[in-house]
Amino acid sequence: MTDMPDLPFRPFSPGSQPALDNPQYGSTAKRHPNHALVRLPMGQTVTEMSAPRFSPTRYPAVVDMTHGKNALGERIIVQGRVLDEEGRPQPGVMIEVWQANAAGRYDHARDQHDAPLDPNFHGTGLVFTDADGRYSFTTIKPGAYPWRNHHNAWRPNHIHYSLFGAGFAQRMITQMYFPGDPLLALDPIFQCTPDEATRNRLIAAFDLDVTQPEWALGYTFDFVLRGRGQTPFEENHP
Amino acid sequence: MTAATASQTIGPYWHLLEDKSWANLTRFGAEGERIALIGTITDGDGLPVGDACVELWQPSPAASPTWDGFGRAATDVGGNYCFVTLKPGPVGGAPGANTPQAPHVALTLFARGLLIHLQTRAYFDGDPLNESDPLLASLDPPRRATLVARPVGEQNGIPTWRMDIRLQGVDETVFLEI
Ligand SMILES: [Fe+2]
Repeated sequence: MTDMPDLPFRPFSPGSQPALDNPQYGSTAKRHPNHALVRLPMGQTVTEMSAPRFSPTRYPAVVDMTHGKNALGERIIVQGRVLDEEGRPQPGVMIEVWQANAAGRYDHARDQHDAPLDPNFHGTGLVFTDADGRYSFTTIKPGAYPWRNHHNAWRPNHIHYSLFGAGFAQRMITQMYFPGDPLLALDPIFQCTPDEATRNRLIAAFDLDVTQPEWALGYTFDFVLRGRGQTPFEENHP
Repeated sequence: MTAATASQTIGPYWHLLEDKSWANLTRFGAEGERIALIGTITDGDGLPVGDACVELWQPSPAASPTWDGFGRAATDVGGNYCFVTLKPGPVGGAPGANTPQAPHVALTLFARGLLIHLQTRAYFDGDPLNESDPLLASLDPPRRATLVARPVGEQNGIPTWRMDIRLQGVDETVFLEI
């Protein structure tokens, strides 16, 4: 699956990942460990370097979250690639997708936002990357919704993703945002990534080449999974 | 080189993905010693974490058409999770190292309030390899104990092990940087 299957995954690049304790995001207060994370004294092992592999025969892909064309909202196509930190395509990655509907409401019992459900939109998808690491799916643009983190708090439009790579150390859950959203500057979850360039890579790019005439707007969004290598990331970025 | 994509919280609505059958890793017909692994997840106030996504991954037994070694369970309102799986065997250590690892499963926690997932392991109390396991041996006894599941009898006729997880505070579980 990769060029160097026996090599461990590199540590995360400094600033590329959020801290567990984030005073701006209230729910972290009682849920972050006080102890420092413990490094494996023996280094990564088969438990971290291998991973379950999923196939569409057992987990059928759902590439059209609009179910034909009946879901309400602005239809969009999202496509891109899954790469590792060296830019190598990652084939066979399972990507789970979930999101609110166009009104900003999840089809979930615990979502009590006073916005309408859409009987034609459940809000889940499942895609697999091809040999070139590419994926694509069709959905509707999710709406913003309020949350109670602070006064008048609203989440920017976003789509949730869950990725399974070739090693369990690559397991990733993230969110994708949309360009030009005025809520991004106010959102503690988007803002939690310290490194600005890495943070801004969570924003999809509008892509006229992906846009289909008379059908749907197109967005491009690439994911980067941890790469394998003996050299710590820092040593390549003095 | 481009840094890995930033993690974001799974949030409170991840259950849209949930398939309750995933909590049973033997659902494809895998043969072996079936066990249940249960536990309660609590926060820094000792309150249950009722919206967590718990994932279990074990490289032992080796993957087969009836076994992929992976499961997912939601915690209930009481913070409880429950997996049915196969008892793992020992696995090799780091590449080039000779010390095997004691039988264990990897547990990954995602939840609202976790901006990046927490990773830990469940070992099995009484296993003779625990003494020499490189990770367990590196921890002082109170911290080590947080990684060891205890036998608690049978549940539906299946030997059951309990591994409670404390996110913060007294008896805080050891979480791993991998
Ligand atoms: Fe959301």
